[in-house]
Amino acid sequence: MSKSNFTRRGVLKTGAVAGAALSLPTYLRADGHTGYTNAPGDSGTVKFGFNVPQTGPYAEEGLDELRAQELAVEHINGMGDGGMLNTFSEKNLDGTGILGKKVEFVTGDTQTKSDVARASAQSMIQKDGVIMVNGGSSSGVAVAVQGLCQEAGIIFMAGLTHSNDTTGKDRKANGFRHFFNGYMSGAALGPVLKNEYGTDRRAYHLTADYNWGWTQQESMQASTEAMGWETAEAVLTPVGAGDFSSYIAPVLNSGADTLILNHYGGDMVNSLTQAVQFGLKDKQVNGKDFKIIVPLYSELMAAGAGSNIEGVFGSMNWNWQLQDEGTAAFVKSFGEKYGFPPSGSAHTCYVQTLLYADAVTRAGSFRPCAVAEALEDFQFDGMGNGPTLYRGADHQCFKDVLVMKGKENPSNQYDTLEIVEVTPVEQVTYEPDHPMFGGSDASLGTCNDGA
Amino acid sequence: MDEFLIQLLNGLDRGAAYALIALGLTLIFGTLGVVNFAHGALFMIGAFCTVTMQRFLNLSQTVIDDTQKDFLGNPLEVEVPYVQSWFGEAAGLAIQDWSVMLAIFLTIPVMLLVGYVMERGLIRHFYSRPHADQILVTFGLAIIIGEIIKYFYGANPIQTPMPSAFLGTWDMGAAFGLEANSVAYPKWRLVYFFFSALIIAAVFAFLQFTTFGMVVRAGMADRETVGMLGIDIDRRFTIVFGIAACVAGLAGMMYTPILSPHYNIGMDFLVLSFVVVVVGGMGSLPGAVLSGFMLGILQSFASLKVVTNIVPGIDQIIIYLVAIIILLTRPRGLMGRKGVMED
Repeated sequence: MSKSNFTRRGVLKTGAVAGAALSLPTYLRADGHTGYTNAPGDSGTVKFGFNVPQTGPYAEEGLDELRAQELAVEHINGMGDGGMLNTFSEKNLDGTGILGKKVEFVTGDTQTKSDVARASAQSMIQKDGVIMVNGGSSSGVAVAVQGLCQEAGIIFMAGLTHSNDTTGKDRKANGFRHFFNGYMSGAALGPVLKNEYGTDRRAYHLTADYNWGWTQQESMQASTEAMGWETAEAVLTPVGAGDFSSYIAPVLNSGADTLILNHYGGDMVNSLTQAVQFGLKDKQVNGKDFKIIVPLYSELMAAGAGSNIEGVFGSMNWNWQLQDEGTAAFVKSFGEKYGFPPSGSAHTCYVQTLLYADAVTRAGSFRPCAVAEALEDFQFDGMGNGPTLYRGADHQCFKDVLVMKGKENPSNQYDTLEIVEVTPVEQVTYEPDHPMFGGSDASLGTCNDGA
Repeated sequence: MDEFLIQLLNGLDRGAAYALIALGLTLIFGTLGVVNFAHGALFMIGAFCTVTMQRFLNLSQTVIDDTQKDFLGNPLEVEVPYVQSWFGEAAGLAIQDWSVMLAIFLTIPVMLLVGYVMERGLIRHFYSRPHADQILVTFGLAIIIGEIIKYFYGANPIQTPMPSAFLGTWDMGAAFGLEANSVAYPKWRLVYFFFSALIIAAVFAFLQFTTFGMVVRAGMADRETVGMLGIDIDRRFTIVFGIAACVAGLAGMMYTPILSPHYNIGMDFLVLSFVVVVVGGMGSLPGAVLSGFMLGILQSFASLKVVTNIVPGIDQIIIYLVAIIILLTRPRGLMGRKGVMED
């Protein structure tokens, strides 16, 4: 006669432990055969998380990012005309998904708030089981979500984030940025400004008082002072101030002959409009015409600022007017689907999604550290920016940068900016331990597979 | 001295917007006893009346121009506004140029209607409810209105240019015997200041010198007694709500060239306007106006570099700091009346 070893107490204990294990968030559970967060296992699909601002001040940027991300998924899954997959230097993606798995996606609304963005990304990772998070539209948000993805063992492919800190002092092993940064804007704009306005200028900075604004100002100040300009004053302004007149009025009698607006989005539209209303564009100081500079441009901002941007210099990561094959393919796909040209933020999110998919294919695995390894020091072309390097030391893409100018006589609603110069990558490259990027203390840390 | 004068003008201009919104808020509170958190939304609706007028005047027919290409390389579709087709290019351009001012013909009827519908359809059901309920319902309404605007107009700020006659600055330095160009101030901001002063004067004159205004003031003082005299005070108060909405709408309409309107613009002004009302004294119309200008000027001077160097961030908190000091020393606000909000 056999004797059973089961006891009521034993069953209860086992049940309690099993229940607790099953109730753990997905990303804290190790998948037996893969050992990384949200491993797709034998599933025929894999899920991406697109975390963008769908409401709030950057909603238009976010919605354009979302359009591009959807388009990228279509192209990876073999729908549409393939877009940049036809021009991408790597030919691993054949329209059958990634490693035989079709791509699905979930979306989240960051509202351009760091805490909301983190909660949204956490929900995507824990509840939806996403394998990668892509998105942005604010450096504060990008740094916050990048930190979360690092902890959770998820790859973060940053969207629009321009602060030096994202791949500087706040760089993370699981985070990658295709978009350019404040230093690159300064390095690209400097020589053009020197040619246009000379070496004897006094610049007045109005700067958005947060992470991105500080690094943008630091970069522009370094770049302009290196060519002989003097910084008359640098004033921090609250984000979302609306009426900047009380900050612009002191510029009038400051002796400055150049105003550098380190603002973005609605703040840039308002501050530029108000600066023009105060007559700064028509003013003469010390025998020189007063000039306004907006270091970071976007098409959506340019449309918002209207005729005020005419003749104003700025920089961009990419613009739909570029003449290369990759740009043409993307503009055609996007334009035919949505009826208007894509913005720079749309481009960077589209490219990031394809780059991730390609890296997984080359790595032969969705394991985050294998994907990170495939992305590190990866060189590619055909994505609209010319030959590009994903530098392994800081996970920053290095490529040409565009210097733009507000068009004097636009012929239609999309014809707001013109490309003045394509600054070669060599001119905007810096060392990974550059002081503006955290110096020698900055470190990626260790890649995290999660689980 | 020059910088002082410019900041003074700036403060007056900013204060004019605060005063206009606070005036409407106070009118509603003083007559109906309702704390209207949707008042910022009324400012926004006024701003979007300008956008709507601008878009209406830009309604166009599409003409294919084979000589130009669009971004996909197809023949360019050129938009030719109907006003230019109907009235000729020069007249059409002139009409479009004045779209902000022409928006007044849209803003007044729209705001009166919105005010009437809001009061009759929603607010009147909350007269006898606690102020907390009124705040919740009107705040919810403000969010709904904002989302509706976003659905139709998008989330980005929309550029609404001023008439070209008001572009640039006016050299006040030269006009007042100072050094030329030492005090140059944007023309449109001066227009806004005088427009606000005109509206404020008109509202006060209406309440002070008309029979309607006299009844309203009597109702504000003692609603029940006026009702017992056989006067339909509710109907008059509904009209007052419409007028308050109109004042907020006109403030928003004229502010669009200064601040490009977006769906959240009302919220940006709402909290500040409530501080203005509280500092001025709940229910006091002159208090609201005085407080609006005073806080606008203080905020402007607090932004000076020389001030922020001494107290960093003071420009962000000056209004609230002054509000605390005034409420500690004069709990009813600058010109508050005894008995109002004291039950």
